[in-house]
Amino acid sequence: MPIAIEATNLVKKYGDVTALDGLSLKVEQGSVFGLLGPNGAGKTTAVRVLTTLLVPDSGTAIVSDVDVINDPEHAREIIGLSGQNASVDENLTGIENLIMLGRLFRLPKKEAITRAHDLLERFNLTDASKRIVKTYSGGMRRRLDLAASLIANPTILFLDEPTTGLDPRSRLMMWDVIQGLVSEGTTVLLTTQYLEEADQLADKIAVIDKGKVIAQGTADELKTQVGGERIDVVVDRSKAELAAQALQSMASGKVVIEGEHVQAPVSGGGVKVVEAVRALDIAKIEIKEIQLRRPTLDDVFLSLTGHHAEEVKNEDENVLVKKGRR
Amino acid sequence: MNSRSITEEYANKHGKIYWLLHDSSVIAWRNLLRFRRNPEVLFFDVVQPIIFILLFAYVFGGAIDVGDSSYRSFLIPGIFVQTIAFAGASAAIGLNADMNSGIIDRFKSLPMNTTGVLLGQNFAELARSVITLFIMSLTGLAIGWEINGGFLNAIFAYLLLLAFGFSMSWIGASIGLSVSSPQVASTAGFAWLFPLTFLSNAFVPTETLPTWLRIFAEWNPITSIVAAARYLFGYPMEVAADAPFSLQHPIITTIIWLIVITAVFMPIAARKFRKVTSR
Repeated sequence: MPIAIEATNLVKKYGDVTALDGLSLKVEQGSVFGLLGPNGAGKTTAVRVLTTLLVPDSGTAIVSDVDVINDPEHAREIIGLSGQNASVDENLTGIENLIMLGRLFRLPKKEAITRAHDLLERFNLTDASKRIVKTYSGGMRRRLDLAASLIANPTILFLDEPTTGLDPRSRLMMWDVIQGLVSEGTTVLLTTQYLEEADQLADKIAVIDKGKVIAQGTADELKTQVGGERIDVVVDRSKAELAAQALQSMASGKVVIEGEHVQAPVSGGGVKVVEAVRALDIAKIEIKEIQLRRPTLDDVFLSLTGHHAEEVKNEDENVLVKKGRR
Repeated sequence: MNSRSITEEYANKHGKIYWLLHDSSVIAWRNLLRFRRNPEVLFFDVVQPIIFILLFAYVFGGAIDVGDSSYRSFLIPGIFVQTIAFAGASAAIGLNADMNSGIIDRFKSLPMNTTGVLLGQNFAELARSVITLFIMSLTGLAIGWEINGGFLNAIFAYLLLLAFGFSMSWIGASIGLSVSSPQVASTAGFAWLFPLTFLSNAFVPTETLPTWLRIFAEWNPITSIVAAARYLFGYPMEVAADAPFSLQHPIITTIIWLIVITAVFMPIAARKFRKVTSR
C-alpha cells in the first residue's frame, strides 16, 4: 500500500513547552490511523502541523507526495480537517456555512450551492439546513463540521477528536459516518482520548505521550506488546498461594496474587484455560471464577504512558481504568 | 464529478487580485448575514444613531451656543462622524471573535487568500456605515436638519464619511488582532474613540478649550472630517484668520489624514493578521 501521510521527526516548541518532540508516523493509503493520547500529549499540535495550520520548528511532513511545509497551498487541496472545536460559523445557517466555504474553496456559485445541498443530505442535516448553527446539538454541529471538511473532496481526512463531548448515540452516528467515508477510499487520521474509539475505528494506532510516539501497531499488536493474555482465577484467599504454585508450571511468566485473584500470564489462548482448570483440580483447589483476559487498550495506555504504572500492582484494575480515562 | 478539476479550471481563469476581492466579498457577505441576526448590532446600527441624534439635539440643543447656525445643524455632522468612527471598535470585536473561534482554522485550510478575512470584515463595516448614515440622515431631516450645500457636495461629504469609517476600521482591526479576547477587544476598541471624538469640534466649538487641548483638537482628524462635512452640507464654520491649516482647509486635511491612517494601519493589521494566523 502506498503511504498517504508521512511525518518524520516533527518538533514544535512553545517557549519551554515541547509540544512535539520528534514525532514520526506513517499512514497507509485508504486506512484509518488512530492517534491516541491523553490531553496535552501533542495530538492536536501534530494534526495542525500535518494540515498546514502550524509550521513545525523542524522535521518533515508529506501528504500524498506533497510537502506540507514547503507547499502548503497544494497540500490544502488534498486534505480535509475537522477540528476539535467545530469550525463552523455559529451565526450562519447550515446551508449558508457550506455555501460560504464552497465559495471560498472557489467553486463556481452554482456548484457551491449544489454541493452544499448534497452534503447536508448525506449527513442527515437537510431538515436543519435553514436553522442557525447556534441552535444545533453537539452531534449536528460535528456532522456539519465534517460536511464542511468534505467540500474540497479531500482524499485524506484529519479528524481531531471527532466525538469528544458527544452523547453515545451521536458518537455511534459519527462512527458510522467515518466508516462510510473510509469505505469510499478516504484515508483518515483521527485523534482520540477514547480508547474504544481507536479500537473500533483504527486499523493502526499510535500511542503518543509528551509529543512522541511511544508505541505503534494494530490494536492487537499493542495488546500483545503490553503483556499478552493472562488467566485470572478467583479462589479462596487461603488457597491463593497454593493456586499460584499450581499454575506456575504452565504460565509464561511470574504468577501474581492480588487478594483472591490469581493471575497467570499465558500464551496460547483458550486451551490454557483447560490446562489451568486441570492443574487446579489436581491440587484440589475450588475455582470460584476463571477467565482468560486479553489486555484492553486501557491497559495498553496505562502501561505505556506510565501515569498509573506503580499503582497497577496494588489497586483494583477497574478503578485504574476509570482513572486513566479521566 | 471531480470538483478539484472544475475548481482549478475556474481558479486559473482569474488573477490574484480578482480572487482576493472575491474572497473578501464572500467574507463580507457572511459578516453581513451575521450582523443581521445579531440584535446588538441592530441596536448599534439603527437604534443608537437615532437616539444620539434626538438626545443631542433636544437635550443639549438649547444649552450650547455655537454662534450663528443652530446647534442641530452644527451637531448632526458631529454625530455622523462619531457613529461612523465606532466602525473601528466593531472591526476590533469582530476580528478578535473570529481569531478566537475555530472558523479561522477552517479558512486557513482552504485555498483562499486569508487576507480576504480582514478585508471582508472591513467591507462589511463599510456596508454597515452606509446603513447607519442613511438612518441618521433621515432622523436628522425629520427634526429639521437640512442639506444646504448642494447635491454633489452632499455626495462628496458622504463619501468622505465612508472613507473615514473605512480608515478607522483598520485601526480597529489592528487593535482587535493585538488583544487576547473579544471582551478586551470591545473595551480597547472603544477606549481610544471617546477621548478622540470628544476632544474635537464634534459637539462643542474648540475655541473655548484650554490651549494644549485646543491644539490637539484642532489637529484631531475627527475635527477635520467634522469641519469638512459641515462645510459640504452647507453649514461652514466661522474660521478665524489665524486658525491653523487644518481648520482653514478641512477637506484637504481630511483627505491627508485618511491616506495616512490607512497607509499606516492597513499594513499593521495585515502583518498582525498573518502573525496571529500562523500560530
